[in-house]
Amino acid sequence: MAEMRREYILNAVIVAALFAVPLWALMAGEPFIITLATRVALLALAAVGLNIALGLGGMVSFGHALYFGIGGYAAGILAHHAFSGTPVAFGIPGTNQMLVIWAVAMGLSGLVALAVGALSLRTSGIFFIMITLAFAQMGFFFTLSWPAYGGEDGLPIFVRNQFPGVNTMLPWELFLLSFAVLLAALGLFAVLRAARFGAALMAIRQNPDRAAAVGISPFGVKLTAFVISGMLTGLAGAMMADLTRFTSPAMMAWTMSGELIVIILLGGVGRLCGPVVGAAILVGFETLFGGWTEHWQLWLGLVLLGAVLFARGGVIGLLAGREGHG
Amino acid sequence: MDSAVLELAGLRKSFGALKATDDVSLTLRPGEIHALIGPNGAGKTTLMAQISGGLRPDAGVIRFRGQDVTGLSVAQRARLGLGRSFQISSLIPEYSARRNVMLALQAREGHPYRFLWPVRRDRGLTEPARAILDRVGLGPRASVPAGELAHGERRLLEIAMALALEPACFLLDEPMAGMGTEGVGRLIAFLRELKAQAPILLVEHDMDAVFALADRVSVLVYGRIIASGTVAEIRANPEVRRAYLGDEETTA
Ligand SMILES: Nc1ncnc2c1ncn2[C@@H]1O[C@H](COP(=O)(O)OP(=O)(O)O)[C@@H](O)[C@H]1O
Ligand SMILES: [Mg+2]
Repeated sequence: MAEMRREYILNAVIVAALFAVPLWALMAGEPFIITLATRVALLALAAVGLNIALGLGGMVSFGHALYFGIGGYAAGILAHHAFSGTPVAFGIPGTNQMLVIWAVAMGLSGLVALAVGALSLRTSGIFFIMITLAFAQMGFFFTLSWPAYGGEDGLPIFVRNQFPGVNTMLPWELFLLSFAVLLAALGLFAVLRAARFGAALMAIRQNPDRAAAVGISPFGVKLTAFVISGMLTGLAGAMMADLTRFTSPAMMAWTMSGELIVIILLGGVGRLCGPVVGAAILVGFETLFGGWTEHWQLWLGLVLLGAVLFARGGVIGLLAGREGHG
Repeated sequence: MDSAVLELAGLRKSFGALKATDDVSLTLRPGEIHALIGPNGAGKTTLMAQISGGLRPDAGVIRFRGQDVTGLSVAQRARLGLGRSFQISSLIPEYSARRNVMLALQAREGHPYRFLWPVRRDRGLTEPARAILDRVGLGPRASVPAGELAHGERRLLEIAMALALEPACFLLDEPMAGMGTEGVGRLIAFLRELKAQAPILLVEHDMDAVFALADRVSVLVYGRIIASGTVAEIRANPEVRRAYLGDEETTA
C-alpha cells in the first residue's frame, strides 16, 4: 500500500518535471531544450505503446520500430502529397492535418500489428523475438528500396503539419501538443491495466495455462493488446516525423526497436511512468555524450547492464519498490 | 441412474510407442466423487489433461453435459463449466490471493474485453472473492501475493479458484500432495462438502483420503482401467491388489 502511494507521488513528480523543464527553457529562451523535451515525450509515447505489449502482456516485441516507421511514413507521405498537390493513390489527396495523419498512422499500424500478431503470437520466447524482428526488417528494407519516397535518403517534411488551434511551428506549442498526447496515452495505459482486460493480460503474462483454465483465451487478449500497442507506437512515429520534419528508413531500423526496449528496461517494465524516465535517460545520454564521443551507446549499454543487474524494476522500481496488484 | 455429467468413451493417447491412455471409458455422475488411482506413470495426469483440453486424444470422445467437447480448447471448456485444478500449484504469482479469485470470477462472468471499469472497485468481483476466501479459510491471507503463500495455502487457493468458477464438475489432480496430516484432514472434510455442489473427478495418491471420500474408484495401470467399482469392491479385487495395492495377505 505504502509502495503504491510512493509510486503515485513519483509519477506526479516525473510528469511535472517533464512539463517544468521546457517551461523553464521557454522563459530562459532555450528552444533547443524545448525540442529535446518534445523528443522525450514522443519517445516515451512510443515506449508506452510497447509497454502495453511488453510490460503488461510479456510480449517482447523486437520489431516495434515497424509501427514507429509506419507512422513516420504516413506523416511523411501524406505531407509530401499535400505539398506537391498530387494524389497519394487512386485520387486520394495528401493532407497536412495532423488529426487525419494520426488516424491514418494508427489505422495502418494497427492493421499491420494485427497481421504480425496473428502470425507470431502463437510462438513465444526467442521465436517471438526473432519473428517480430524479421517483420520489422522487411519494412526497413522495403522503405530502403522505395525510390518514390526517397529510398535510403528518406523523405523531408518541408512545412510542419497543422493542428487546429495550435501553431505547430512554435517549439513550445508543439511540445504542449506532444505532452498532452503523452498524458492521454498514460491515462489509457493506466485504465487498461486496472480494468478486466488488464487483469486478464497480466495474468496471461504470468501463467497462460492458468488463465486458460479459468476460461480466458490467451491468444485473443494478447492480440488485442498487441494491436493497441502498435497503434500507439505508430502515432508516436507520425508525431516524431513532424518534430524532426523527416522520415527515413532509420525509423524502422532494428536499433530503433532496441532503443524502445532499452527505454522500458531503464524506466521499469510494466510501470506507468517507466517509459518517461527511460526516454529522458536515453535522450540525456544522446545529448550529453553524443557530442564528444560516438561511443555514447556503449556508456548507455553499461547503465542498462547496471539497471538489469541491480535494479530489476528499472528506475521506478528502485525508487518506488515492487509493483503491487492489490 | 442419473445421466453422467462427464463421460469418456474409448479415449486413446500415445506418446510414440508408449500408450499413456489405452481405451479409457468412464463416467462422472452428479453428486459423486469418482477417484482415479494408479501407480506413478499410469497416465492419470495425461488423462486429466485430455479432459481439461490441454492434450488432444488420438481417438475417442469426451462428452460434458451431453455435449461433445473433444475439439474445444481449454478456455472454451472452462467457460462451459469444466473446473480444473492443477497437479502442480498453478496460480498467478504476483497477484494477491484475492486477485487470483477475482480473475476466476471475472472469467466466469464472460469475456475479458472490458477496458474501462477498474476491477479493484468492482463489487461484483471483490465481495464474492472475499466470501470464497473466507469459505476455504484463506480470508486473513487475502492480500498476500500467491507466490508468497505456503504450500498448503496455495492448494486452498486452487480450490477457491475452482469454486469461483462455479463449475459443473471439478477435476482435482492430487490436491493432497505435499499437505501435512492436519491439512489433509481439513481438505477431506471440505471435499465431502464440495461434492454436493458439483461432482469431483479426483486423482489422489493418499489412499486413506481416497477410501474416505470416494463413491466409486477406477484403477489405472499402464493407461488402462483394470477395475472400477465401490471402495469395498476395489479393496477386494484380487487383480487390483496384485497390480497396485500390494497384496499383503499373499506376501505374508
Ligand atoms: N508430453 C509427454 N511426452 C511423452 N511422454 C509423456 C508425456 N506426458 C506424460 N508422458 C508419459 O506418459 C506416462 C503417464 O504419465 P502421467 O500421466 O504423468 O502419469 P501419472 O500422472 O499417472 O503419474 C508416463 O510414462 C510419462 O512419462
Ligand atoms: Mg500425475
